[in-house]
Amino acid sequence: MNFFARLYYPLRKAWKAVGLYLVIAGPGIVVMVADNDAGGITTYAATGAKYGYHLIWFLLILIPVAYYVQEMTVRLGAVTKRGHAEAIFDGFGAFWGWFSLLDLMIVDWLTLVTEFVGMTAALAIFGVPPWITVAAVIVLMAVIVLNGRYWTFEKLALLFCALNLVYIPGAFLVHPSVRDVLHQGLIPNFAGGFNGQLFFFLMANIGTTIAPWMLFFQQSAVVDKGMLEKDIPWGRFDTLLGSIVTVVVAVFIVIVTGTVLPGIDIDSAAQAALELMKTDRYVGTFLAIGLFDAGLLGAICISLASSWAFGEIFGWAHSLNTKIRQAPWFYATYFLMLITSGLVVLIPQAPLVLITLFVQVIAVTLLPAALVFLILLLNDRTTMGERCNTPGQNLIGGFIVASIIILSTLYGISVLFPNLFQ
Amino acid sequence: MSTLRNLFGKFAAINSRYREPRIEMSGAVRLSLLVLRVYLLALVALMVYKFVLIVTRG
Repeated sequence: MNFFARLYYPLRKAWKAVGLYLVIAGPGIVVMVADNDAGGITTYAATGAKYGYHLIWFLLILIPVAYYVQEMTVRLGAVTKRGHAEAIFDGFGAFWGWFSLLDLMIVDWLTLVTEFVGMTAALAIFGVPPWITVAAVIVLMAVIVLNGRYWTFEKLALLFCALNLVYIPGAFLVHPSVRDVLHQGLIPNFAGGFNGQLFFFLMANIGTTIAPWMLFFQQSAVVDKGMLEKDIPWGRFDTLLGSIVTVVVAVFIVIVTGTVLPGIDIDSAAQAALELMKTDRYVGTFLAIGLFDAGLLGAICISLASSWAFGEIFGWAHSLNTKIRQAPWFYATYFLMLITSGLVVLIPQAPLVLITLFVQVIAVTLLPAALVFLILLLNDRTTMGERCNTPGQNLIGGFIVASIIILSTLYGISVLFPNLFQ
Repeated sequence: MSTLRNLFGKFAAINSRYREPRIEMSGAVRLSLLVLRVYLLALVALMVYKFVLIVTRG
């Protein structure tokens, strides 16, 4: 009896903590899982097929990288109550503000096109024509955002995040050798030596882990959710959990393709799903469903990142807690981005491969700028007060930002000049 | 016409509101922004070069 009495209070405390987390949970986990978008799934599938389990250790390193960068947006949003676009305009003036806003708009629109490419390809495997996919996605996304409550949007997005975990049972279905996964995957190594192609894959994996829209999305989501300074520890936990989940999903995709498709060159996740279906129908189906879900989640978050940014700068009402009549321009921007990018996929002979490559190059121009602004804003003691970056945080954050800038730039250059790193 | 005028008015208002950067322009901030400008110019030059290569080689 005494034992149960002693157990009751810690359990009640833990349960309360879980309840509190479920209230605060959202921006971190949604942005991180949405980062595993259609392009991300393709990169992980190609990595597994090319290098087997050998690069799993590298993916694990990306957990702290993603966490440290995104954690800064939580603090900035909770303290300033401003989105990232407005923070840049205010902090660095109109020139850098317009540069960031226009660059964000271009990157987001092009990335949305790639999400639609992924979604239409995924459902084409089940015989769904592209125009039905595009129309259904637009209607579904309208239902998600037009309910007039941020809370409902976030919980629906979390549901789609849960669907992203479909790769985990998929990996168990292909019966990978746990011994091989642990031995080859957890000990740092470069399979086949460090060459240009491996370097390209490492850079691609970094490029899919940190994207410019993620900084804008999470900071705006923190503001729209109404998070306060006292919620920062929970926001951090949410971001950490999100970064772990996103990398775990990536690892399981690598395990699936590393087990079933070793040595095969993969150009798209849809191609990987088709190849997998030849070996195991269920695993191929899981990959296709996961690809559609990834594209959908990416599309929801990316279009919102742009709408929030425009609303902040133009002074329009820009909250998911508003109805369409109260914030017409916010929703108009959202649907304009969505519908135009969806229509591009339906154009016969549209240069979709070129668009996919262009996304990577343009993203490289915005990412360093957004990261530099982030670090500088976090060092503004007048605004941030005691939430300002500590020297330790600057050291870690600065190192990560410098590494991302160097590697993503090299990635951008390698996309422009593919023979340079061969 | 009035919509266009309103739009230009909005741009002018935004430019005027954010004319001066609020962050203190210390040496480190100035240097960071300068490096960023050089970096972006180099990247744009690279993209233009690639574009010229594509056009000239057909």
